[in-house]
Amino acid sequence: MAMASERQFAAIKGAKVLMVGAGGIGCELLKTLALSGFQDIHIIDMDTIEVSNLNRQFLFRQSHVGQSKAKVARDAVLNFRPHMSITAHHANVKDPEFNVEFFKQFNVVLNGLDNLDARRHVNRLCLAADVPLVESGTTGFLGQVTVHVKGKTECYECQPKPAPKTYPVCTITSTPSKFVHCIVWAKDLLFAKLFGDKNQENDLNVRSSDAASSSEHAEDVFERRKDEDIDQYGRRIYDHVFGYNIEVALSNKETWKNRNRPRPIYTAGVLPEELSKQNGNMDTIYAADITTVSAMASLGLKNPQETWTLMENSRVFLEALKLFFVKREEEIGSLSFDKDDQLAVEFVTAAANIRAASFGIQLHSLFEAKGIAGNIVHAVATTNAVIAGLIVIEAIKVLLKDTDNYRMTYCLEHISRKMLLMPVEPYEPNKSCYVCSETPLSLEINTHRSKLRDFVEKIVKAKLGMNFPLIMHGSNLLYEVGDDLDEDEVANYAANLEKVLSELPSSVTGGTMLTVEDLQQELTCSINIKHREEFDEEKEPDGMVLSGWTQAPAAVKDDKKSIGNGGNASNALEHELAEANRDGEMEEISEPSVKKRKLSEVSIATILDGPEATADEIKNQKEVEKLDDDDDDEEDLVMIDDLNSVGNKKTRLQ
Amino acid sequence: MDGEELTEQETALYDRQIRVWGADAQRRLSKSHILVCGMKGTVAEFCKNIVLAGVGSVTLMDDRVVTEEAFSANFLIPPDEKVYAGKTIAEVCCSSLKEFNPMVRVSVEKGDLSNFDAEFYDKFDVIVVSCRSITTKKLINEKCRKLSKRLAFYTVDCRDSCGEIFVDLQNHKYSKQKLEETIECQLQFPSFEEAISVPWKVLPRKVSKLYFAMRVIERFEEAEACTPGETSIADLPAVLKLKKELCEANSLNASHIPDSLLERLIMGSKEFPPVCAIVGGILGQEVIKAISGKGEPLKNFFLFDVMDGKGIVEDVSNPNTESE
Repeated sequence: MAMASERQFAAIKGAKVLMVGAGGIGCELLKTLALSGFQDIHIIDMDTIEVSNLNRQFLFRQSHVGQSKAKVARDAVLNFRPHMSITAHHANVKDPEFNVEFFKQFNVVLNGLDNLDARRHVNRLCLAADVPLVESGTTGFLGQVTVHVKGKTECYECQPKPAPKTYPVCTITSTPSKFVHCIVWAKDLLFAKLFGDKNQENDLNVRSSDAASSSEHAEDVFERRKDEDIDQYGRRIYDHVFGYNIEVALSNKETWKNRNRPRPIYTAGVLPEELSKQNGNMDTIYAADITTVSAMASLGLKNPQETWTLMENSRVFLEALKLFFVKREEEIGSLSFDKDDQLAVEFVTAAANIRAASFGIQLHSLFEAKGIAGNIVHAVATTNAVIAGLIVIEAIKVLLKDTDNYRMTYCLEHISRKMLLMPVEPYEPNKSCYVCSETPLSLEINTHRSKLRDFVEKIVKAKLGMNFPLIMHGSNLLYEVGDDLDEDEVANYAANLEKVLSELPSSVTGGTMLTVEDLQQELTCSINIKHREEFDEEKEPDGMVLSGWTQAPAAVKDDKKSIGNGGNASNALEHELAEANRDGEMEEISEPSVKKRKLSEVSIATILDGPEATADEIKNQKEVEKLDDDDDDEEDLVMIDDLNSVGNKKTRLQ
Repeated sequence: MDGEELTEQETALYDRQIRVWGADAQRRLSKSHILVCGMKGTVAEFCKNIVLAGVGSVTLMDDRVVTEEAFSANFLIPPDEKVYAGKTIAEVCCSSLKEFNPMVRVSVEKGDLSNFDAEFYDKFDVIVVSCRSITTKKLINEKCRKLSKRLAFYTVDCRDSCGEIFVDLQNHKYSKQKLEETIECQLQFPSFEEAISVPWKVLPRKVSKLYFAMRVIERFEEAEACTPGETSIADLPAVLKLKKELCEANSLNASHIPDSLLERLIMGSKEFPPVCAIVGGILGQEVIKAISGKGEPLKNFFLFDVMDGKGIVEDVSNPNTESE
């Protein structure tokens, strides 16, 4: 590929490119595309600019905070390349306007996304529109770029993605042993209970009132009583969750036989009398602006990197709770945790620390707690710049249809086989991929007990990632989503949702073949239903098992699997490396026909040659990994499972 | 590490990267001073990266006036005559870079770096040199090495779809994570002159072709006294002749340096923007590692060629003269 070749120049000039995501990778990518001579680019990004973006999303300035990323990025690039056409869409790529027809106008689609959900969605649209996709992601110093061309290379969903880290419910509610358990408790249980949707199931309930009272006559301890003084309410909550609940838990002797017994903590024991009554100095300090409401500020705590004492945490807890009720009362009942909500982060940090103190777990600073609670992705400009350069190189090959030279490239933190940038031949499509090969799936389910709603939520949406599903049994429509339905249909489908499968108008039982379709993604899959009576509550919490796509190859060892969970680039990369390793091992012991996935010689050699380096690399990530298992920072994840996609549901805690 | 704490503003701005390299490293970065000499596309990328990372200051040197060629791969130069008329490349880049991060001081220094004295060099922690002749690179590198303080020296050049970085950290101490522990390490680097004088026959057999090709071009430019990076296809016969001589003198099989590679390199005086981004990104990362003393730096050449897509690290040092 001589750079100045006429053919390449013409291909670049004539190309119409869609960029999805204008974050860390997106800014770098748009700049490099513009410099490389691309003339016609569309950008889709629903996000607005935040301060923590500015350290790497270099097209944005302080003065742009709050504005559309797509639009500001366009304007910034037009400053140094005024004669090109950039169309900015400040919108969600999953919006219906971005349908297959829309995708068809592009020669190549370039992803700089931050979540699995959107990645899968774009993958499907690219397949349906038959437009090549270049996919990318970074975390810290690690990154990767892959090329997905229908029929030539594997699609984004040909291989199962590492599942998000989950914790057993009882670890969170009763027996935390790590700080992250305390964070999950503070964020998903306590914060959700106090400030979130009251109708949502919440495990905090179960454990807090099970001592004696039946739920009927027990008043909800978390409700603020009529005319209850806010300081009094805060102390009551504090004493209940950190004191009383721990006492109740301690009464179950069995639990603590082989564990350290937690210590109940009450406000009276932690805060001096006068402090517990009069905490921060609200009136003098607050600005009217809600975003600046901060317990740290009103208590005079400045350094977010400092670990607070138990007393300080207790004061922050009470102050933050009070501020929510005094300054942000209208939001209570509808709040969900947001890492950019300072007050929410303060509350969760304090609550997690008090719980940690109770269980003898080390306390953490707000900075650290925020990283864990917000699943913040570590991001630096340099990796994004490198990855963006690699994306453009692959995009040009795609435009030239230079199929033999497509590569997936890893950007590594540590040199492996003399390389920092390691290209690997792309894999062939997985013939049993339900997305690009439309291979039927099979589902084990109790057709007499599971409702259509369970199937829609747990399988069609959560597992298959469909947004506008349509479910058919033969030619009978069982369920459909859309704006153009008439009232009868809506009522009919709503009624179907509440029916168990075997009692649907067109009965679904063992042996039934269901067709599930997403009209926007133009994806259809067939699901073979197998009736099964019982499921293991711990191992199969959904009460159903989908197979035919995420079947883990036999050689996966548990320890490797545990490395691969969590969900960001480093994990995905490790997952890939581990997987490659596995292929290699298998090749060595010459086990027949393991996987369709072919790995080039070079990559096997590369990876197998440096088992130490790989092990090191994985270990190195360990510290970092504590801060992961998630999703939702702006741009930079690879192949991750998005915790939000299961967000606010109990299933996450299984 | 002691020293002042990061300000609230810094913590907010650098949040995501502090999560990568830690608050200590961020503090060291904010006290470091970088000098760059030769502002083409790759160096522009590098400057963007370290300004965003939050170094203390960046000083730019490039007295050339802005021409159309200068902004082809350099996004720091707006293609608007009203903006750049009468200004040097360094001056125009300076005003663009300042906007990326108000906490970093960006300034311009005029003159020829090879004429400056120790007092000037002493102000910096890192020097990056691009588009300079082999003699100038050696000279600047030697000046760095004579200082009482340790100064990190880098060269970077991109031609066509290839790029090269050279690193001299002299005697570099750093920490790295090994399993659960942090271990202290030390690396000894050869100077630029020492490195390129290592006889080719003592190098490992698999050293990248690009390494040898870059040395041929470098020698050619030196011999012809042409402006670095300004070669053309007309130079090909002379370059091939020089290659043959060098290979014979070094007992290296001439087929190890493909003619097609040399042809690409002499024709590609324009940089290829994706390569600028990649090489400028790797260089940024290396400079951050060197300043923070965290992580193993690359020793001592990095080579990238779009043709195979590999980003290769070569250790080019004489095994006989080196003590680790």
